[in-house]
Amino acid sequence: MSDEFRPNIIGFACQWCAYQSADLAGTLKYEYPSTIKLIRVPCSGRVDSAFVLEALALGVDGVFVAGCPEAECHYRFGNRIAKIRTAMLRNILPEFGIESARLRFEHVSSSDAVKFVEFAKEFDKQIRKLGPTPLRGDKHE
Amino acid sequence: MKAGVYVCHCGNNISDTVDIGELIDFARGLEGVSVVRDHLFMCSEMAWEMIRRDIVNGLVDRVVIAACTPKNHEKFFRSALEAAGLSKYMLEIANIREQCSWPHKSEKKYATEKAKLLVRSAVSKAALLEPLEDITFSIEKSVLVIGGGIGGITASLDLGNMGYRVYLVEKEPSVGGKLTKFDKIFPLNDCASCVVSPMMAEVATHPLIELITYAEIEDVEGSFGNFRVRVRKKQTYVDWDKCIGCGACTTVCPSKARVPDEFNEGLGWRTAMYIPSPHAVPRKAVHDPNVCVNCGKKTFGTKRFLRNGKEYLTPCEKACPTGAINRSIRWDPEGEIIELDIGAIIVAVGYQVMDKEVFKEYAPHSPNVITALQFERILSPTGPTEGRILKPSDMQKPNAISFISCVGSRDARYHTYCSKVCCLYMLKQARLVKEKNPEINVYIHMIDVRAPGKDLEEYYVQTRQLGINIIRGKVGGIEVLPDGKLRILGFDADIGTPVEVEVDLVVLATAIELPEDARKLARKLGINIDSSGFLKEDHPKLRTVESSLDGIFIAGCCQGPKDVSETIAQAKAAATAVAALMAGDKVRVEPYIAEVSNELCGGCGICISLCPYNALEMAEGSDETEKRVVKRDVRTCKGCGICVSSCPSGAISLSGYDDDQISAQIGAMLGVMAVRV
Repeated sequence: MSDEFRPNIIGFACQWCAYQSADLAGTLKYEYPSTIKLIRVPCSGRVDSAFVLEALALGVDGVFVAGCPEAECHYRFGNRIAKIRTAMLRNILPEFGIESARLRFEHVSSSDAVKFVEFAKEFDKQIRKLGPTPLRGDKHE
Repeated sequence: MKAGVYVCHCGNNISDTVDIGELIDFARGLEGVSVVRDHLFMCSEMAWEMIRRDIVNGLVDRVVIAACTPKNHEKFFRSALEAAGLSKYMLEIANIREQCSWPHKSEKKYATEKAKLLVRSAVSKAALLEPLEDITFSIEKSVLVIGGGIGGITASLDLGNMGYRVYLVEKEPSVGGKLTKFDKIFPLNDCASCVVSPMMAEVATHPLIELITYAEIEDVEGSFGNFRVRVRKKQTYVDWDKCIGCGACTTVCPSKARVPDEFNEGLGWRTAMYIPSPHAVPRKAVHDPNVCVNCGKKTFGTKRFLRNGKEYLTPCEKACPTGAINRSIRWDPEGEIIELDIGAIIVAVGYQVMDKEVFKEYAPHSPNVITALQFERILSPTGPTEGRILKPSDMQKPNAISFISCVGSRDARYHTYCSKVCCLYMLKQARLVKEKNPEINVYIHMIDVRAPGKDLEEYYVQTRQLGINIIRGKVGGIEVLPDGKLRILGFDADIGTPVEVEVDLVVLATAIELPEDARKLARKLGINIDSSGFLKEDHPKLRTVESSLDGIFIAGCCQGPKDVSETIAQAKAAATAVAALMAGDKVRVEPYIAEVSNELCGGCGICISLCPYNALEMAEGSDETEKRVVKRDVRTCKGCGICVSSCPSGAISLSGYDDDQISAQIGAMLGVMAVRV
């Protein structure tokens, strides 16, 4: 393995839109960085702030939460809650010495594989630019 | 725990990119994994049997499949667990095809690494799975059909004939919908009201169908099998049990109390007391409070008084032979609320056509520029001209008529979609003009003629032969000449030159769109609207009558533009889908719902304010010593998990997506034991 930094990125993806857009990207054979790994959740509103902090505390380099398009949440407004939560978390992350840019919220529709792929590439690039998480200790494999 | 990991090659879809051997070795090394097997196609019968046998032989008590997305074969794999006597929810799928081998095929080494993480993540979640069972509910065997057009009527009749109780709610005083406004329908040019009238009568007299007209949906609670629907019936001031539909009240209602007639698309007038159309079913009079002029200074909704020693009756009250009208009842803008227990809902609310006023370039201020639906009324024997083709401005016969297609459809400024039926109905209208008055010159301006479907291309060819001028090209504008004639500024794409035509009447084929109030209804129901503004089906090919919510179905033009035959086909499909779901006594749903712990709940109520479905409520303790805790309604909870992530005491859990399960997945992605922060 080369010495080049390969970030570890976790995305929480809602089962109705974001997760399906990633499935569609695969089906269409669009490529995006393999650093991105999804955890399926019923709704982006399910994503507890604790999950995000937990992932970052354990040494993940970047976390994103992806939900349905604005006003199209399968559960009416879960995506709005997720968006507010991530915005608040981004505000407090610097207090822990973590750059806000390591956390993102994104709206992706289930039919918009292109948007998912573009976002994945862009986020991967951003995290590479930021380098390894300051919390990355010996815990990392 | 004894987890079985089953790795699929998917032919070479996975194995070309992911090193299966390496993945298997990795899985073998994971804690709690007892069996690791691979198969060329895990979705095959043989693999299914292999999994089942491992469970039956006691080798495996939970299953991890590393294959394609759970959306594909989750049900199939669950059935193997079920067949072996294990809870079908002891299954976790690692999506190593759609989310690994396919999108990372040019970085094979890293794809294998990612596959390992996905498998480890799935195994660590599987360790925490619980043997859940489906939740079953009793099911209310009644159906609510919203919209009494041809789609709603068809669905109601089908379900009624199958033996289900049906409530048909229509916002107008009469069922029948847009179809009753048409004169004839293509491709046979048969009489539209002859098609729909018998069905309207049947739906009104069917023993299992209850017609609730002049009513709207107030709100909807609950979920599939057990919806609780509140319907608001608007106040009419006419006792419909007594009204015999004679129309006596409508003739005495003063002409100053009048508004443009909805049934005639604004081409005629109706009074405050009215019967919506000659075809009306139920044939009952309605009082319109916005139009009423309160004859004899007797304001509706006020107490009776004596005049000249006698109790004063308004003309309508006096005219009614059955005494059905009572204008002294207090006016209640809310109307009457009817509560219904419903198992499934079919939404068939139809469409509206765009208003001509939107199109300033087409001289909408001229009374002789009309929409196709208005022209349909002119052609109809029950319309304002009794079927004679006359101009609205002076009631004279026009010498030439132009039809303009794609007004608002296939136009990036308004709607990009094709309204689908305009080409054919314009051909039909042109044909009806030629049949009635062959001397009228008819022009049709079209981008192109779209006539796919049975007998429709033939219909187009026959229409052409009647001597109708079809000009291919978009119309740029319409000028009103001093004598009231209309000059069409068109273009003939076949000869590549601008053309100008002077006509007396212009018919605009304005676009079909979702009615404004249907959006509100969609919000009340929680169903989605698609990018073209219609109600969204669950899958464009496989689930065209299902909405994204279980137990709510859609049919007809509210799902997208359609002709009568397609609407009927879809309504029948929706009725069958409802019947299939309700055939059993119980409805089974996935057990992925929230659970509140009484010990941990502090009774703060934060979750209640966040629940999108009002599935949570505060339960007061039976006495002072008992604390207030939140209770969750099994039937209304949809398992989004918003309450779980918002609970400050960690008192709410979500089966299938619980805190410890997601934490385990996070940890597995990093190779560390998860710690809660």
